[in-house]
Amino acid sequence: MTSLDLYTWAGVAVFLLALHAVVTRAHLIWKVLAINLMGTGVFLVLLAAPARRDPLMADPLPQGMVLTGIVVAVAATALALGMALRVVARTGSPFLTVETETADPDPDAPEAPS
Amino acid sequence: MTGAELWTTAVVFGPLLASLVALGGRAWTLRAGLALGSATALAGSFGLWVEVTREGPVRHLLGGWGAPLGIELWADGFSVVMLAVTAVVGAAVSLYSTSYFGDLSQLDAEKSPAGRAARYFAPLWLLLWSALNGIYLSADLFNLYVTLEILGLAAAALVTLAVTPKATVAGMRYLIVSLVGSMLFLLGVALLYTEVGTLSLEELAAADLSGSMATSSLALMTVGMAAKTALFPLHGWLPPAHAGAPAPASALLSAVVVKGSFFILVRLWFAVYGGGSDGGLLLMGGLGAAAILWGSVLALRQRSLKRVIAYSTVAQLGYLFIMFPLLAPEGLSLAGSGEGSAGWSNDAWTGGILLALSHALAKAAMFMAAGNMTYAVAKDALRDISGVAHRLPMSFLAFGLGGLSLAGLPPSAGFVGKWLLLREALAARGWFWVAVITAGGLLTIAYVLMVLRHALDREASSGEFRPVPKRMEWAALLLALAAATLGVRATETFQILLQGGVQPWS
Repeated sequence: MTSLDLYTWAGVAVFLLALHAVVTRAHLIWKVLAINLMGTGVFLVLLAAPARRDPLMADPLPQGMVLTGIVVAVAATALALGMALRVVARTGSPFLTVETETADPDPDAPEAPS
Repeated sequence: MTGAELWTTAVVFGPLLASLVALGGRAWTLRAGLALGSATALAGSFGLWVEVTREGPVRHLLGGWGAPLGIELWADGFSVVMLAVTAVVGAAVSLYSTSYFGDLSQLDAEKSPAGRAARYFAPLWLLLWSALNGIYLSADLFNLYVTLEILGLAAAALVTLAVTPKATVAGMRYLIVSLVGSMLFLLGVALLYTEVGTLSLEELAAADLSGSMATSSLALMTVGMAAKTALFPLHGWLPPAHAGAPAPASALLSAVVVKGSFFILVRLWFAVYGGGSDGGLLLMGGLGAAAILWGSVLALRQRSLKRVIAYSTVAQLGYLFIMFPLLAPEGLSLAGSGEGSAGWSNDAWTGGILLALSHALAKAAMFMAAGNMTYAVAKDALRDISGVAHRLPMSFLAFGLGGLSLAGLPPSAGFVGKWLLLREALAARGWFWVAVITAGGLLTIAYVLMVLRHALDREASSGEFRPVPKRMEWAALLLALAAATLGVRATETFQILLQGGVQPWS
């Protein structure tokens, strides 16, 4: 394994650890942070990508992708945090309530008022 | 600027511009935005339809910059039919939404929740529309990722326009699933770029993608897109989100939004990876079959109207994945002994995509009709809509016609699509697929009749009844009629679907 492979696999490892956190951590802030970390893992992979093929030449494409990816991640995080605040305001809890599939808990819940 | 360049620009940037107009926050800016978005999307997709039917696939280098540094827009028959059905459904839902959210000038837009929903539905939907059209025209993987992300953010925000705690939680869960799905997709893109060194779909299609890195990146992208398409068993987020959203948003999410990630899956598997592996195709088909049965059975067990329709979406999406194994050369089937011709099956291709189109029309009509019923009685339980058919005959008819198309009865497009899939399955002697397609149709009839029976009850519900604006009833009925009669005019659709076909770059 070369050191460049190491970069790629380290990125994948960060991604997988963060994925594990999204699934296992119930608190919404944890989930949002973990999703950010997944993105960071992908960025590591992207930065290592061009050097694997030609270590001497700069490749602008992955850099452009990481920059765009950061912009997208900022927008997504802002929306996710805003929505997490709404969840707390409307349900009083920072966790997602679990809904079972077969039971249809409350059919009388009102439609969106209009 | 050539015709094709004009039309591709119109469908992507028209709704985007309209979204900015609609952000103005006055009643007239909302209407102007919706009108502008609908007009550009309809005109653009119609123009592209004519262009692609005549000339074959078209390409537009934005600003004159081509790959690898520039962004290309590219349209073949598959892109164009998806653009067109989105434009038709989108225009109808836009019209519907102008009545559904009430008169903005009467509402306190900033303070009341209803006012907020009325104010932000149009900008969010137009942004989503632009992103969706961008997906259909993308020619490279990273462009797909960006448009996909915009689609996911706007869609989750649409769900939370309904202020109930349930809808808020459902919207949040949808956002998390959607973001994780995009991240899986992006990791797949990064690994593929590491391996092959290009993002252009066309160059990828020509490259050798049989290595283990390329295969694992297909697996990552597939899991991400399957989560966003709500393919069984990753469908858990869909019913609460689609049932909890305001009716126009439900119609859009169920009818057109899930098709965006489905489109990417088809493009990746067939156009880029040349069909993947036989085992992979069988797995996708098997999950589709499971979705049909599981979704239909659960639809029968729901007690609220919109949840029945949401579970029906889970089931109907399964049909689109049954197309995967049926498309393959040699008529791959669970029964094994296929004898089909070499190359891709045109029957499975046109049938499967036609099903996607008819589901979009029918499901939007059904959600809008259901929205009319719940609008009238202000409740969502099946027992509360009892007798509503006598007071809303047009919505009742729209729901019935939509159901007819979902169940695959002639002359609907659903019938033609299912018939073609069934014929392909029979030719390949895939008895398992034949059984699933048939059983799914029967179950669909059962849950549609279950809703219709409640609506037809003579015992009218005693609660109050709010009159429904005629515009909302017409929008639902027109789409239902389109779904029920598209089957008669399927030839044009077949013609354009074969422009580019399953593998446009080979």
